[in-house]
Parts: sequence; structure tokens; C-alpha cells
Amino acid sequence: MLVEIDNLNVAFPSPQGLAPAVRGVSLRLGAEKLGIVGESGSGKSLTARALLRLLPKAAVMTADRMTFDGIDILAAKERHMREIRGKRAGLILQDPKYALNPIMTAGSQIAEAVRLHKKTSRREAVQAAIDLLAQVQIRDPHRVANAYPHELSGGMGQRVMIAMMLAPNPELLIADEPTSALDASVQAEILRLMEDLVSRRGMGLMLISHDLPLVSHFCDRVAVMYAGRIVENLAAGELPRAQHPYTRGLLECLPTLSHPKARLPVMSRDPAWLT
Amino acid sequence: MISVQDLRVTFNGIDAVSGVTFAVAEGASFGIVGESGSGKSTVLRALVGLNNDWTGRMTIAGRALSPKRGRDFFRRVQMVFQDPYGSLHPRQTIDRALSEPLLVHGIPDIDRRIRLALSEVALPATARFRYPHQLSGGQRQRVAIARALMCEPEVLLLDEPTSALDVSVQAEVLNLLADLQDRRKLTYVMVSHNLAVVAHLCPTIGVMQAGEMVEMLSAEDLRSGHIRHKHTADLRRLSTELEEA
Repeated sequence: MLVEIDNLNVAFPSPQGLAPAVRGVSLRLGAEKLGIVGESGSGKSLTARALLRLLPKAAVMTADRMTFDGIDILAAKERHMREIRGKRAGLILQDPKYALNPIMTAGSQIAEAVRLHKKTSRREAVQAAIDLLAQVQIRDPHRVANAYPHELSGGMGQRVMIAMMLAPNPELLIADEPTSALDASVQAEILRLMEDLVSRRGMGLMLISHDLPLVSHFCDRVAVMYAGRIVENLAAGELPRAQHPYTRGLLECLPTLSHPKARLPVMSRDPAWLT
Repeated sequence: MISVQDLRVTFNGIDAVSGVTFAVAEGASFGIVGESGSGKSTVLRALVGLNNDWTGRMTIAGRALSPKRGRDFFRRVQMVFQDPYGSLHPRQTIDRALSEPLLVHGIPDIDRRIRLALSEVALPATARFRYPHQLSGGQRQRVAIARALMCEPEVLLLDEPTSALDVSVQAEVLNLLADLQDRRKLTYVMVSHNLAVVAHLCPTIGVMQAGEMVEMLSAEDLRSGHIRHKHTADLRRLSTELEEA
């Protein structure tokens, strides 16, 4: 198993005591595509960040067990964590506009990532950056390598992010809403690209999204989170037959082209889902 | 109610909107879909008077729109934006945000109108003296809708009104918009990239690509796939839905 998490809890101090944000999450991930879906504040991003120990300083994290390829994340030294972050587990964020350095060209940012993890000369790193850009299907990698982030479209920027994450050949890719800032056509291309890379390199993928239909098309397994807990775990293909009332509610309140509804059903949240 | 003929908007010599024509009957809803940069929001912004650099002919309620709009125009036509956090003043209470349009237009009876507006968009009365950051995203969008409705407009222009919201909140806001239209006989023009959302609210839909409206069709035709233009077919194919087992 690449990732094993048992009973993860993340909480934040508040005037009323600790406010739990992730409550008793357990999950396993191998070389497969796991989708984590839920609404804002459900704890999906925090779960992924906890795995890289990238939580805000104030956060209080506890777990019975949390390992990445056998390494105990809870006990690992900060120096050790830096070797995991980026090198063995890459993180792709939602908006390339904010995640890329605005005053460095795309090529030099990727080259920097290459040099951080491999001992190569500057020139070799630049060449590696161009190769990586070609791998993420950028037609004119030389031009894009010399471009600044503001000169790139959203889809291009996201490809640059993916190229940067691929530089050290990671075993796990965590993608936090990688396509929600993109148009549907670009979204489809980026997902196809990630799918291709993940299956070719035998990587594990954790895809965090609020978009249930997208996750069900793209992932192998889906974990549905609500208020910090995983309320349902199922194979992606089984999503239309989900059992939990929250998952059902999420599916039913979506307007669809195929099933017009005069009025959208509104979710009534059962306090029992919290326990 | 609304008629737009051969609307052109140019930015630095590049056509953002090149010759768009459509009409919306009173009390009807018209949807505009397209990808980013297709010019769909630019059409709305020209219509509401946020961009005066346009050519063509636009009328609302029979009156031609000139680049300069009178106060009366802004009472009758209101807009709701995508991000309610960006469109509400962070240091003004909801009370202040809702009373401003009334003060501008010299409408009396402010206290009663605000209480009514809050209950109409199903916000608790306690929200009145809160600041935007103390409300959830869905509540903020309700405030933005309430503010747009304060001076009883006839036309509401909606620019991606639900795309910043969670799906369960999106359903509530879409239901609210449908109810308000029923009750107040509002005319809607709604812009979105989400085909299912637009088809849910709007019986007629215009599809935009690179500044042109390449196809106009009914929501039923979009649902059933009676499509003439390739771009519409592409958009429809890409709108992912859960496959039925």
C-alpha cells in the first residue's frame, strides 16, 4: 500500500475549544485513482494536506497510523518530509494563477523543480523542463518554457504545474480541484493527460473534487466526505447506486440535461450524519 | 422586453462580441452559454451599462439604450455577479448594502422593505446586521439577489450566479430564482458555462463562441440533442453527467 491512514483527526483551536475539521478518517491507496468528494468545509483538502504535513500551523493533528510507502508520517523528521514532498508525492492545486511564481518563466520554474530533486547542470535541467512540457502535450514547449505565467492560459498553466510535479518522478499525485477553474474542453484534456501519465508511470492518484459526475467518470474508487468524516466508500461505477442519504442528496440536487426537473430537490441535512 | 441587435463590443481593436442578436419576452428567461472568452459576460456588461463602448441597437421595454443611462434604467435593470464576496462591500453590514439602492433612488419605507427582502430570499432576520464575511457563500449570494431586487426591477441579469456555490446550495439558489420570477414576473438573462444549470432555468438558450452567437435553440432541443452547430454539440458532449446503470 502506498498510503495508509487510520483514524486521522485534524482540529483547530477556537474560543470554544478545539473545533474538529477532520474526524476519524481512514483510507488506503495503492497504484489507483481515488476520488475524494464533498462540499466546501468537508475536510477533503485537509485530509490530503495532512498526508504531506502541510497543515496550517494552528492545526492539531492526530492519527493512529499514517504511512506513505511504509514511512511513518507522524514521526518523520521535517528533513525527511521535505524528501517526500514534491519528490515522492506531488501536489497540484486548483488555480495555476496563484500556484506559479509570477516573476519566473515556466521553464525556469520546472528546471528549479528538476534541480531540487536531481543533481544536474543548469543546462540539462532546462532541457529536462522542455522535455516535460512536451510530455504534458504542449505543442510548442520552447515558447511556453520562455513564457511567464500571465502569458499562459489556464489550461497551459495547469499543464506547467503538472509538468513541474512530474519532474522528480513521484509515486503519488495529489490533485486538489485541478480542473475546476478550467473550461469543460480543457478540463477533459487535462484529465485525459493525468489519466495517461498515472497509468503509464504506475502512480497513485488522489483526486479531490466537488464534482461527483467528474469523479465517477475518472476515478476507480470514491470516498464521500461530509463534515470531516468519510460517510461512504464505493467503486466509482457504483456511484449512481450510492446508499448514504448525503451522497444521494448531492446527486439529486444537480440539474441534469438528461432528466429535467421542474424543481430541484433540496437537501435536508440529518444531524445523525455527523455521528 | 429585451432586444439586442447586432451588438458589437471591441477591446483594443479585437472584437469581443461581434454581431450578437437576440430578444427576450417579458417574464421569460434567456440563457447564454459558452467557454471563457466567448464574450458571454461582455454581452451582459454592455446590456447593464458597465461597458459603454459598444455599437448596435439594444432596447429594454421598448426604449433604446444609449451609452449614458438614466437613474430610471438602473432601477429597472439589475445584475447579480458570480462572486458575492467580491460584489458586497466587506466593511458594510447587510443592512447598509440593502438600504443603499433605496437611498440612491429615493424610495421610502426602508426598514420594512429590508425586512421583506430578507424574508423573500429566505435569510434569517439576524443576518441584517452581519457583515458579508460572517455569512456563508450561499447566504451571501442571497444577499446579492436581495440587493438586486430592492428597487423592484423588471429585468435581472445573472452572470454565473451559482458557479461559486456548492451543488446543494446551487439547488437552493436556483429554486429561489425560479420562485422570484414566478412571483414578480421578472425577465432573466443568465450567463453560465454549465449547460445543465442554464437549461434548468431558461427555455431558450444562445450558444456563444469567439464573440458570435453560433446557435440559438430551445432547452428541449439541447436536452434531446437536436443541435445544428458543432460547437453546441461539443459543449453538450463535454457536460459530464452520471451515467445511468
